[in-house]
Amino acid sequence: MPEKILESFEIRRLEILDPKGEVDESLMPSLSADEIKKMYELMILSRTFDQRAIDLQREGRLGTYASILGQEATQVGSAFTIQKSDWIFPSFREMGVYMTLGYPIHQLYQYWAGDERGLKAPEDLNIFPICVPIGTQMLHAAGAAMAAKYKRDPIVVITYFGDGATSEGDFHEAFNMAGVFKLPVVFICQNNHWAISLPRERQTAAKTLAQKAYAYGFEGIQLDGNDIFAVYKGTKDAIEKARRGEGPVFIECVTYRMSSHTTADDATRYRSKEEVEMWKLKDPILRLKLFMERKGLWTEPYQKEIEERSRQIIDEAVRVAESVEPPHPEDMFTYTYAKPTFRQLKQMEDF
Amino acid sequence: MPQLNMVQAINLALKEEMMRDPDVVILGEDVGKNGGVFRVTEGLWEQFGSERVIDTPLAESGILGISIGMAAYGLKPVAEIQFVGFTYPALDQIFSHASRIRSRSRGRYTCPLVIRTPYGGGIKAPELHEESPEALFCHMPGIKVVVPSTPYHAKGLLVSSIRDPDPVLFLEATRLYRLIKEEVPEGDYTFPLGKARIVREGKNITLVAWGSMLHKVLQAVEGYDDVEVIDLMTLHPFDEETLFKSARKTGRVIIVHEAPKTCGFGAELSATLAEEAMLYLKAPILRVTGYDVVMPLPKLEDFYLPTVQRIRKAMEDIIKY
Repeated sequence: MPEKILESFEIRRLEILDPKGEVDESLMPSLSADEIKKMYELMILSRTFDQRAIDLQREGRLGTYASILGQEATQVGSAFTIQKSDWIFPSFREMGVYMTLGYPIHQLYQYWAGDERGLKAPEDLNIFPICVPIGTQMLHAAGAAMAAKYKRDPIVVITYFGDGATSEGDFHEAFNMAGVFKLPVVFICQNNHWAISLPRERQTAAKTLAQKAYAYGFEGIQLDGNDIFAVYKGTKDAIEKARRGEGPVFIECVTYRMSSHTTADDATRYRSKEEVEMWKLKDPILRLKLFMERKGLWTEPYQKEIEERSRQIIDEAVRVAESVEPPHPEDMFTYTYAKPTFRQLKQMEDF
Repeated sequence: MPQLNMVQAINLALKEEMMRDPDVVILGEDVGKNGGVFRVTEGLWEQFGSERVIDTPLAESGILGISIGMAAYGLKPVAEIQFVGFTYPALDQIFSHASRIRSRSRGRYTCPLVIRTPYGGGIKAPELHEESPEALFCHMPGIKVVVPSTPYHAKGLLVSSIRDPDPVLFLEATRLYRLIKEEVPEGDYTFPLGKARIVREGKNITLVAWGSMLHKVLQAVEGYDDVEVIDLMTLHPFDEETLFKSARKTGRVIIVHEAPKTCGFGAELSATLAEEAMLYLKAPILRVTGYDVVMPLPKLEDFYLPTVQRIRKAMEDIIKY
């Protein structure tokens, strides 16, 4: 009997905006000038938030913080396509997603300063709290998608994770569940090349992460994660597909973590300066700026104006975060169970 | 009134809750067409369909992870893990998420999930099929742990667990599944979580047990007068008051469980009694437990599990003290 080829696959990579700011018009999504400016402003705001967080950490006003520097296009571009009724299960490095969705910025600072009240999402936003274990939240996304499907709610669930998470068992279990039950879930990997000190090549021997979806029976696509138009289009298409009931999609956004893993980490111990310098040339904000300049959407005064506005927004968020009354110790007990246990009630008398 | 065994009583509870509340869904390995490896979910797939009685891929972390997402979204999933030893691959989901979603989200999201799973020895099963790790779960804040000991109580406690707004680990003693039959009424009745029951009243010794060990204890006390037997039913949060009251009355307490002794749940009960009822005690609190060993395979399991003889020996010792 001759051998047969049962399956073969190819992985698409989407790039629209190059580092010089030129776009492939045939792929360009339809976005108004206002929308493009809004995206740019959200990226600037995200970067301002991030820089301030690091400064505050250095001043001892914030705890350990995980920077998003360099990943602004992935976060803003993808979140820009999410509808209010959709559900989002982030990991811990998605401040740009939270901000794009309109999460109160002072709450983000509150959380990183060690106040759990920062994690309570506003009622009109279905975003889950920051997830510290790696990759576990992908299953919650699959579960929420399963529940939405059961209730016939026309929503999509979006979950974010990093390249390191693709090595975890729950990544595979979540992909498997999503594939088997054809769930309306979009998996977004921010492949930022580094899981603390381990490079992407030490996470998997596969050539792309996107191809992993193939084994679970659904589509995987790789995007240039520093190209906000590719991220926007790739995510929008995936969300629409999931919303039509055509099952999950896995999006690998190839981006780069320009800072250390967290403020407690020193990336110079394990990666070269040359590599970082090379990625600086691919800066997602710079790239969109060049495009906008060509289109007459960017000027020096505009840049100054939005930087100033971002600073004001961030100043105000920090002020609010730091002026919130500290939590009462009873707050520890309030949310363990719906009602405190007999024993907790006794323990609460300590306060 | 029908005479039902534990399997049938749990099945009835599931059926009635699913009829009452469309948000209740069942999921797990083999729970659908096959009706569960112990037949606990038999007939439910036929009645409620594959959208509500969901046969999942073989993945324990996956089952509990998606259950958490479903619960957060507003359903009331009842997940079955085929044997409690197989919750170990899913402990991350139980400990890192189910137990703390309410806390992390400051009440915005909750996890009204029931994890049903057979536990315990005495059935001559393979490795990891006879574990009794209840103490692990009792130690993790945010979870409730319920262990019924009879068909009648299993039904009422399971209904309460499903309606409870927090995650509940519902441990079903495998040895009891078909051992006893009793009258189990159809229709709504519940037992509150966190309440123990006094199975037998007495003034001389208090024996505390749960799940299958309760029946060992009842055998052991046959012929002994004035022995009080408490079925704890919920281990977390456990009913301190019933325990204190009994200890103050009898002054002698023996705790019986099949889990290993070290850091077993008996240690918690014993320490609590020492804190609250010390001056009423006429003898040290004794524990009759499994040994600090890996649960042995069938050839040795009868030597591992507490026996009637060991329980009686403890009763004689505590009286003589």
